Amino acid sequence: MSYPEFGDIPALAAALDAAGYLPDEGVATAAYLAIRMRRPLLLEGDPGVGKTALAQALADVVGAELVRLSCYEGIDASQALYDWDFPRQLLHLRAAEDGGGDERSVYDRRFLIARPILRALEVSPAVLLVDEIDRADDEFEAFLLEVLADNAVTIPELGTIRPAEPPIVVLTSNRTRELHDALKRRCLYHWVSHPDLEREVEIIRRHEPEVADRLARQVAAGVAAMREAGLVKPPGIAEAIDWATALRLLGATELTAPAARATLGALLKYREDQVTAERDVLPGLLARLG
Amino acid sequence: MIADPVAELTAFARSLRERGVAADASRVIAAAGALDQVDVLDQNQVYWTTRLTLCSEPDDLPRFDAAFAEWFGSGRKQPAVESTVQTTDGAGSSGEGAAGEVERVAATALETLRTRDVAALTAVERAEVRRLIAVLAPSVGTRRSVRRRAGGRAGVDPARTMRTMLRAGGEPIVLAHWRRREKPRRLVLLVDVSGSMAPYADWLLLFAHAAVRVRPFATEVFTVGTRLTRVTRALRLRDPDAALQAAARTVPDWSGGTRLGESLQAFLDRWGQRGAARSAVVVIFSDGWERGGAELLGLQAARLRRLAHAVVWVNPHKGKEGFTPETAGMLAALPYVDALVAGHSAQALAELVAVLAEA
Repeated sequence: MSYPEFGDIPALAAALDAAGYLPDEGVATAAYLAIRMRRPLLLEGDPGVGKTALAQALADVVGAELVRLSCYEGIDASQALYDWDFPRQLLHLRAAEDGGGDERSVYDRRFLIARPILRALEVSPAVLLVDEIDRADDEFEAFLLEVLADNAVTIPELGTIRPAEPPIVVLTSNRTRELHDALKRRCLYHWVSHPDLEREVEIIRRHEPEVADRLARQVAAGVAAMREAGLVKPPGIAEAIDWATALRLLGATELTAPAARATLGALLKYREDQVTAERDVLPGLLARLG
Repeated sequence: MIADPVAELTAFARSLRERGVAADASRVIAAAGALDQVDVLDQNQVYWTTRLTLCSEPDDLPRFDAAFAEWFGSGRKQPAVESTVQTTDGAGSSGEGAAGEVERVAATALETLRTRDVAALTAVERAEVRRLIAVLAPSVGTRRSVRRRAGGRAGVDPARTMRTMLRAGGEPIVLAHWRRREKPRRLVLLVDVSGSMAPYADWLLLFAHAAVRVRPFATEVFTVGTRLTRVTRALRLRDPDAALQAAARTVPDWSGGTRLGESLQAFLDRWGQRGAARSAVVVIFSDGWERGGAELLGLQAARLRRLAHAVVWVNPHKGKEGFTPETAGMLAALPYVDALVAGHSAQALAELVAVLAEA
């Protein structure tokens, strides 16, 4: 089973668009090359710029299953790759004792629990999303590199599992630490930036079709202004959509001072940021929007 | 991309490397393969394809853009790139934009960026300092990791228990246990390279180099001044001279002014809050001489204290007779500092090592 081929970059961009993800030129090129070259795609960028959403859209577009591996500190092979189902193995062992069976059959495929990476290799085609790889530690990175290099997994008791069609791999990182160069060298690297105003308006309207055009525009302009204001946590696209939803639910058709103040919690999650926004950003913004 | 595309690409990669982008041979091969897949007559596609394959971190992007414009002209639509670069560190680009400018190493007529000539140190001095600092091995303690290893009594390890059971014909004779591993605590060094700290900056960077040598991947070094610059990568070079020279090439604001508050904010926005400062020991080497208001520095120091395991401030003037912390910046930050130490001499740096070991 192979992936559908996209003739050129605009064709893939249109497909992503139809899947609900509005790519800019850089993202479309990155996705295109990731499919064509079958190289892992490393996405970095501020939280909330749609790194994970791209993996989902990519899976939709190529008609593959999205297998997600969320990384955290201390994650190891038994959580990422495979694990043996010990209770079942024990039961089998007891049963085999009575019947005089072969104890080696304890290490059989049916006692193997496939964790995300193994699953991505077994269900072909698949898009493997390794989310927040920077949260895992060095040891795990080295291990992942091995899997990515071979596109195969060797289980000592069973043998090597190699898929007919290697998965498309998307890694995301929030840069809490620097990744090793060996891993980066294997990947295509794309820095996902915040969308420009027009694109953001379009994204908000896509997710919140009932929001008035005028309000969507004002929300996008507002969020862009907030990103410039030097906040502790500048809002991402997800927060922008949340803000638009909150405003819609309050029945707002345009951004007014009371409505903005009442819904600011959907956008900014730090007290300092809310104070800064109310003091420095909102007055100017509302005046500009008139 | 007309005559010999591969030769052209190789030459372009070389110019990238000169600008500090790690465009090595394997990346060039990837780029060549990628260009095969796209329309090379479309400059936008060439731009994105080479950027995707040759760059590997946000700091590379402005350098790449500059090299690309020089190499292929600017027939490309510019705005897309501009916005990309801006948002790289949009978080910290308030005020005079200490963070926003960090990456534009090559740029600006706004201030005189003097590139420090490390070679100006006499050979004798260098050798002496190197000897003194080589015997220092600054490192901090360990912290508990979530990873496990065999032994101890923290919990039963089913996989190993199963294997021993198999050997015993299915009888649970021994329960295998695991215990937690320890891992090195992160050490973050922020070195003030402004004019007032100039006499000490070399020493301190050598000290930082020694720290990086001890634990290359658990140590981060930044210089602060008018802007924040990460020099960890340069300091990973083995040879102290080569490392210092590489660092000097990276730092654009050597012996400039001080905007400590903004630099610290840039550090916290771009690195600290995301993880670099979390549960780390953070050491600030500065005299606390702040050109801007000290209020911002106080706020950021408080923020740093909430993230870090310990904050150590090294002020070279502390070693002088009758020192009282009286620069405005120092006073603002002092409530959030766990230890204030000197660090004006090799002896004082050795004392700092002791403080760090206990932090």
